[in-house]
Amino acid sequence: MSVPSALRGGIFVALLVTLPMLGLQHWFLNLLVFVLMYATMSSAWNLVGGFAGYPSLGHAGFFGIGAYTLALIFKDQVLATGYEPFLLLPVVGLVGALIGWPIAVISMRTRADVFAIVTITFLFVIQTLAFNLHDFTGGSQGTALPIPPFAAAHFEVPFYYVMAALLVFTMGLTFATMRSKLGLSLVSIRADEDKARGVGVRVIGVKVLAFSVSVGITSMVGAVWAYYESFIYPQFAVDPLITIAMVLMTFLGGRGTLWGPVLGAVILESGQQLLTYQLGAVQLYLIVYALIFLVIILLLPRGILPTIQDRLRLRKRRRRADAEGAATAVWPKDAAIPSEADPANMLGGGAT
Amino acid sequence: MHALIQGVILGILTGGVYALMASGQTLIFGIMKVVNLAQGAMVIMAAYLAYQLFTTFGVDPFLAIPITTILMFGLGVGVEMVFLRPLRREDKSELSLLVTFAIALLIEGVLSVTWGTTYRSINASYANSSWTLGSYQITVVRFWAFVLSLVALGLLFWLLNRTRFGRAVRATVQNPESARLLGVEAQWVSALGFGLGAATAAAAGSVYGLLYPFTPGSHYDLISRLLSIVVLGGLGSVGGAVIAGVIVSTSSAIVAATISPAWSEMTFFVVLILVLLVRPRGLFGSVTRGAI
Repeated sequence: MSVPSALRGGIFVALLVTLPMLGLQHWFLNLLVFVLMYATMSSAWNLVGGFAGYPSLGHAGFFGIGAYTLALIFKDQVLATGYEPFLLLPVVGLVGALIGWPIAVISMRTRADVFAIVTITFLFVIQTLAFNLHDFTGGSQGTALPIPPFAAAHFEVPFYYVMAALLVFTMGLTFATMRSKLGLSLVSIRADEDKARGVGVRVIGVKVLAFSVSVGITSMVGAVWAYYESFIYPQFAVDPLITIAMVLMTFLGGRGTLWGPVLGAVILESGQQLLTYQLGAVQLYLIVYALIFLVIILLLPRGILPTIQDRLRLRKRRRRADAEGAATAVWPKDAAIPSEADPANMLGGGAT
Repeated sequence: MHALIQGVILGILTGGVYALMASGQTLIFGIMKVVNLAQGAMVIMAAYLAYQLFTTFGVDPFLAIPITTILMFGLGVGVEMVFLRPLRREDKSELSLLVTFAIALLIEGVLSVTWGTTYRSINASYANSSWTLGSYQITVVRFWAFVLSLVALGLLFWLLNRTRFGRAVRATVQNPESARLLGVEAQWVSALGFGLGAATAAAAGSVYGLLYPFTPGSHYDLISRLLSIVVLGGLGSVGGAVIAGVIVSTSSAIVAATISPAWSEMTFFVVLILVLLVRPRGLFGSVTRGAI
């Protein structure tokens, strides 16, 4: 771990720990909980959608699976409701990963198109099940979880810290992946799967592993969300908009980067909360969201961080070339920037 | 047994409508390698257009089809030119999924703002009448929907197999590079092809509004069905989509009639998984490297 990335990580964790101690207002803490929630899920999506280039559209289904798994555990046995549900998170994550595993094995026999089809169909199946399996989910009436017994004065704080822990865990995992053979394998799959297989990457195993881990984390986030809301309706627990949010945030910040999904989540989730206050109507919000999405994909297809990085890299090269007295001859102003063609740069270049 | 046969009759009749929607979607994939996740939203949009024409002007939904088809064809061409054409070729298949998903949401949002989110249905005078054949019921609406789908599909096949444009489309499906070398204007084939896909959605949508009540969110139900159908038929194969549409619709109707309507949704997913396990390229899909 290089010094700058360790420093960055340290500052980020310190910031996460100290934020709730500043006596913030409830609405702001609530906002932070949701920003962290989406940052975690986008980072998780990034593992499979960003690095391996398999755009899953079904992650919201696993969010719902996590939420309902926790609700089911509560239903079957009486638990003390304080912090204990948080200890169950690994179980919820395991359930999500185990459900995701066969789906990954089957759908990843094919390429990105069909993979997206299978995952989005899975999402709608989970949605239908959530509405129809009345015994488990209460149907459209929703189902209740015990109300968390935290004092109203700092009700959001435990959820904040759990979400923050999940985010740090996911980012740590992403960081480790980027530094390992696993990360290289994933990126090589994105670049050219047949060639990757040809040079001996265990394509199927790597893809399935990334998908299972990714949906496992998503289920855990869903469970925390369910406990936080303490009442879950199928239309919110299994919401295609959650999938869209994860994808959009990752794309905005930068696919296949460590900080991109977090940046995307900070911008979009806070923007969205403000928009909902401003616009009120959910429908208008849908239009605005879709428009932002289209604009981002058309104007910034690679995301904020990679674009900035390219600019910086280009400037550095120009300056170096200037110093060597061969200014514009080497890097003319509108020359293509050779970043994605260079496999070393596909991991987002360094720790960014 | 009676319920089973009744289910099969309903399934086949409805299957025609699904075949029509799915044929447009698979055509778009065949030409552009784009999985159009907005196909369901376009169907629902056409249903709303037909609804509005029916309630304000009293136009019968079947007669509204030429109007909605032309409107949606224009919309499809516009969507392709504005949103899909600028995508870079190397990640087009991935990004186009997201773009069409965003367009689906955009349409859903516009429909919600215009018509609200309550269920609407087109109550034509013949909406509830049916013929009795032996002891089986054949609803008039479904029968005419089936006939209409056959006519529309016939037109589509005529267009693809008997016209110059159709030949350009088939050439592009087979081999885009060679087609371009031989003088096919790939960009126009894409734009018109996407418009054609939207037009089939429009024709099917007018009828869909007669068959089922709908809200702006109904496209979520549709899209998973359509996707299962096009994968089963083989992505890019119009004939495959037609057969798969009838198969999937019939099996889901059988499940609804014999087990429970709640589980009939699952049929689509089960079909999809089985296809991928047994024959990933679908019934009539071609084996192409990198596609499936």
